[in-house]
Amino acid sequence: MTQALVNVPAKAKRGEVIEIKTLISHPMETGYRHTANGVPIPRDIIHTFVCRYNGEQVFRADLHQAIAANPFITFFTVATESGTIELAWTDDHNETQTQKADIVVE
Amino acid sequence: MRASDRTDTATRRRFLVVAGSLAGGLAGGAGLAPLLGPRPAAATPAMLAAAIREMVGEAPVREGKVTLDLPPLVENGNAVPMTITVDSPMTAADHVKSIHVFNEKNPQPYVATFHLGPRAGKAKVSTRVRLADSQKVVAIAEMSDGSFWSDSVNMIVTLAACVEEGDGAL
Repeated sequence: MTQALVNVPAKAKRGEVIEIKTLISHPMETGYRHTANGVPIPRDIIHTFVCRYNGEQVFRADLHQAIAANPFITFFTVATESGTIELAWTDDHNETQTQKADIVVE
Repeated sequence: MRASDRTDTATRRRFLVVAGSLAGGLAGGAGLAPLLGPRPAAATPAMLAAAIREMVGEAPVREGKVTLDLPPLVENGNAVPMTITVDSPMTAADHVKSIHVFNEKNPQPYVATFHLGPRAGKAKVSTRVRLADSQKVVAIAEMSDGSFWSDSVNMIVTLAACVEEGDGAL
């Protein structure tokens, strides 16, 4: 898989609700399209996106073909403690792309 | 006003209407594309209802608490911004467990399921969706007490997603 862009605040106050924005480059091929020669293009989508905060899952999304190419997902979480926020996307080839961001909670 | 005048006006008006819709179709770019090429079978309102039943079971789904934010009219169905907000305190005792999104007329009725919990702090999720036709989109939130709440939006899509064929050689 390719590049992912994530936006996680570097600093937050304890208990603050922070927004996490993510964007990953992926065709999200539906499996319903054909080439010019009429050959079906196989399905290739990111079906699962998970956010773990210091190892604990805080958000998960199960995606289907109706999600646009280059999936953009934003959500919120509570800044509980300093540590690492890990974002992982898994596609139909069972390839997982992981992106990590550190957060300091005061 | 003479009868012939009235006819002229009516004809002119009809001409403008036809010309306008033609221009609109052409401006829509691939407006004719759905007529060409094979098109996958679309989900139907019955499939939407069945998909929702499968997800929620026998529980009643009430309207309210959920706000599904989608533009009422979009030009391009390939990437439509969507935001779902659920009115919930998001505490350990009272929070949103998951948000399910369904559509009526894409080839299949599922859009996405978002799993939240008390650690979300705020029940608000945004993404971008594909819409193959003008249709109804439904968001259903499952609360920690087992209740289901929903909101729906009827949308108009001028250029549909999914219908244009790939150009890559395969």
